[in-house]
Amino acid sequence: MATINERITKIVSERLGVDETEVKKEATFKEDLGADSLDVVELVMELEDEFDLEISDEDAEKIATVGDVIEYIERHQ
Amino acid sequence: MKGQHALVTGGSRGIGKAICLELARQGVNVAVNYSGNKEKAEDVAKECQSFGVDALAIQGNVADSASVQAMVKSVIETFGSLEILVNNAGITRDTLIMRMKEEDFDAVIDTNLKGVFNCAKAVSRQMMKQRYGRIINISSVVGVLGNAGQANYVASKAGVIGLTKSLARELANRNIRANAIAPGFIETEMTDDLPAETKEELLKQIPLAALGKPEDVAKVVSFLASDAASYMTGQTLHVDGGMVMP
Repeated sequence: MATINERITKIVSERLGVDETEVKKEATFKEDLGADSLDVVELVMELEDEFDLEISDEDAEKIATVGDVIEYIERHQ
Repeated sequence: MKGQHALVTGGSRGIGKAICLELARQGVNVAVNYSGNKEKAEDVAKECQSFGVDALAIQGNVADSASVQAMVKSVIETFGSLEILVNNAGITRDTLIMRMKEEDFDAVIDTNLKGVFNCAKAVSRQMMKQRYGRIINISSVVGVLGNAGQANYVASKAGVIGLTKSLARELANRNIRANAIAPGFIETEMTDDLPAETKEELLKQIPLAALGKPEDVAKVVSFLASDAASYMTGQTLHVDGGMVMP
């Protein structure tokens, strides 16, 4: 079983079309990884499916970096 | 469009039925949504099947988001994908504004306007994943012109045009197009209910001097759903014999 970190890295890399090596914890979705607001919404929806949880709009707005996502998922698993 | 899959709300009769049949004729598999009339919806589905496509009747109240979510989930599970959504379901509760009850206003807005929101929202996830989708919303000529005795209906149909533009802008870069059609005076059960003098008055305003047929609207739906309209989004096409010339 892949770790949470690996699963998130895979999803982010596939969804945003970036190399897995670029998906670092400190990387921001919008600036570093080139995501637009729809990309972020899609990413959130995909993470919800993958980890079987619901991320509220309020929480989703606070997510800026890959690290934020990892921390969020770890906290809510 | 052959082999694609469509969900048509309010597909059991009137314009919706004609839309289902026209899409089926083009080789599109069709989910015929109905709210109350199961038998008629199943008849439409059978008629669609005679064109050699898959078709099913599916119950769902567009005004109820939970009902819509369940319906869309079921359609996607059955079809495997969903390329076309036609928001056609609509009701009227006509009366002059002084006599219009709050519940008359709410019921019409809930079905005609919120229904479009509910359905578009429910399919957006699938269409975004597919990077492909065509949403066609049925508005009305009165949504552009206004009409005495139809404050609720007019407000809902004008709302549909605005909603269509927002959908178009939000979803364009996912290759999802959203357009509206504003039919004029079309021969259906809904317009049969209009008083004779209203009909006469309306006829005078139609340059082509005739009522439209449900098929006239269905053909434009088919056009907007097809790749022939691939460079159009956020538009409202007027299928009304020339009543509105924007």
